[in-house]
Amino acid sequence: MALHIVVCVKSTPSSVNVGVDASGQPKIAGVPTALNPFDEFAVEEAVRLKERVPGSFATALTVGPDAAAEVLREAIARGVDAGAIVSGPEFEGGDSYATSLALSAAIKKLHGEKPVHLVLFGKNTSDVGAGVVGTQTAAWLDWSSASAIKKIDEVSETSATVTRQMEDGLDSVKLQLPACLSTVKEINEPRLPSLKGKMASKKAVFPKWTAADLGLQPAQVGAAGAGSVVVKASLPPARPAGVKIEGATAAEKAAKLVDILVERKLI
Amino acid sequence: MANILALAIPQRGALSPASYELIGAGRALADALKAPLTVAVIGGNAKALAADLATRGADKVLAVEHAGLTNFTEEAYAKAAAAAVAACGATRVVLPSTVAGRALAARLAILLKAGLATDVAEILPDGKVRRGYYGGNLIAEVEFKSAVAVLTVAPMTFPRAEPKGAAVAVEAVAFDPGALKSELSSFKAEESREIDLGAAEKVVSGGFGLGSAEGFKPVYDLAHALGAAVGASRRAVDSGWIPYKHQVGLTGRNVRPKLYVAIGISGQIQHLAGMSSSGTIVAINTDKDCPLMQMASIAVQGEYAELLPLITAEIKNRKGHAVAA
Ligand SMILES: Cc1cc2nc3c(=O)[nH]c(=O)nc-3n(C[C@H](O)[C@H](O)[C@H](O)COP(=O)(O)OP(=O)(O)OC[C@H]3O[C@@H](n4cnc5c(N)ncnc54)[C@H](O)[C@@H]3O)c2cc1C
Ligand SMILES: Nc1ncnc2c1ncn2[C@@H]1O[C@H](COP(=O)(O)O)[C@@H](O)[C@H]1O
Repeated sequence: MALHIVVCVKSTPSSVNVGVDASGQPKIAGVPTALNPFDEFAVEEAVRLKERVPGSFATALTVGPDAAAEVLREAIARGVDAGAIVSGPEFEGGDSYATSLALSAAIKKLHGEKPVHLVLFGKNTSDVGAGVVGTQTAAWLDWSSASAIKKIDEVSETSATVTRQMEDGLDSVKLQLPACLSTVKEINEPRLPSLKGKMASKKAVFPKWTAADLGLQPAQVGAAGAGSVVVKASLPPARPAGVKIEGATAAEKAAKLVDILVERKLI
Repeated sequence: MANILALAIPQRGALSPASYELIGAGRALADALKAPLTVAVIGGNAKALAADLATRGADKVLAVEHAGLTNFTEEAYAKAAAAAVAACGATRVVLPSTVAGRALAARLAILLKAGLATDVAEILPDGKVRRGYYGGNLIAEVEFKSAVAVLTVAPMTFPRAEPKGAAVAVEAVAFDPGALKSELSSFKAEESREIDLGAAEKVVSGGFGLGSAEGFKPVYDLAHALGAAVGASRRAVDSGWIPYKHQVGLTGRNVRPKLYVAIGISGQIQHLAGMSSSGTIVAINTDKDCPLMQMASIAVQGEYAELLPLITAEIKNRKGHAVAA
């Protein structure tokens, strides 16, 4: 038994503390980018599956501008075997609907070359942060899926049993493979890139696929294929100025605080 | 023609009060788009649950009931949701922003060729929606380009629909899940009977300023007196004083309670990302200049060990009087 694991990774701004630019969109020009923090856990899990099932192979996949190939290098440095980038001007302005279609088409291509068993995703991206692309990708592929996965308990080439972190406890879910799993950060503790991995990442070359390479029409991807558009970004409304509680003694302060909470019907 | 569907999904066979918020959000959207509002429940016992929702102002109530829907799986629920959409011709589907709601919304959006917006915090009069992104540093105004759209609504944001008037008849929707590729094999409930952070009306959080795991004792006492859930900063979690599930912030939970009390938390941007849209924010800290004390609705400067027991006693004292009176 050996698995082919695909891990989907995104290049996101390394700081999300951004303002709004003149066109009313997030001011991210010039902000350095990095591997989406939650995707580190998905990459680590792919590498752990390789260790668990010897002979397995892991491929990192990203949709983004050419520069996003840096996150594929980061994934290789962390132990993934190969990478592929889906890139081209036609992909600009895509939402989760269009991005998941592009990912599903690229996964189909990978699946054709070397059958895929599991596709791993992060919890969510730090910029758009919707936590939906993994499940949407599964829907396009008509594969099984589960999200909020904190453990892959059992895995074979045809099925997996996973632990899902729900609000009220843990579900055990059995899935037929291939499947798409969206992870949570409790799934593991990512290790830092190894020296050997860093060397490999420098030499790695990645195939680049355009919409045409994936059999997609320009109208299906990017802004043209999106189901939603952010027409405007704005800063959250400023909070009204607060009250400073002063008092000679701690007891006075405590009483004043409770007064205000009662006044505001919070007690 | 526009048609709004609020889709309630039970957890372990029961509906949470968030389902009433769902109807509230559906109503806001229905008013904005001058469309009728349908409420649907999916589950193994959907018909019984639907009866509770039938008096809360919906124009139509549907139940998609099947033994195969007793537990949540993405595929089966997405098929059931699609059946409910077909039964009422919905053009907007409203779901909760829970693990299940988000996954269901994601699958449904593809099945319906629909745009998707998650964690919606505001519905504008023209049907556009607002959601926080970039860790809560920005608000996106989202417009749907597709004829049909799916949205999940942020908890504690929309008014809970109250019972009013006569019950609408519950219509059963015929449904057959067919062959499925996934199934739930078991469920293990979390042992603690604590209030869940995400849906809490009040949250009391502790940070590194507590100094030790024992420092959480007075925090829990205050939380119990207030009927609040307990949260924490990452530094407190990383110090091993409290489990990760309590973490609030960018890499933790997003909360939006009416009252958020931050004790010994400095208010770094990653913490604020998870709680800055709370109603009243109280900060208790020795440093009056730290970011949380600066942004708080009520800032109390002082030692937590000294203040918390006094505050807790004061609350109990007043509650006691209220009962007596
Ligand atoms: C990628 C990334 C993601 C992150 N995600 C999160 C996240 O999700 N959530 C999160 O919280 N953090 C997150 N952080 C960490 C964040 O940057 C801060 O380090 C963390 O929030 C600090 O926690 P704190 O306020 O408890 O500790 P500190 O910053 O050390 O503050 C302690 C506070 O306690 C006060 N204090 C000390 N003694 C007392 C006393 N006796 N009584 C009262 N007050 C006292 C001090 O004045 C100080 O303000 C993240 C960081 C990174 C880089
Ligand atoms: N452009 C992208 N390229 C590759 N993977 C992505 C991309 N966008 C999102 N993902 C994956 O989907 C997960 C969820 O993303 P999101 O729905 O945007 O929060 C991320 O953690 C990634 O694993």
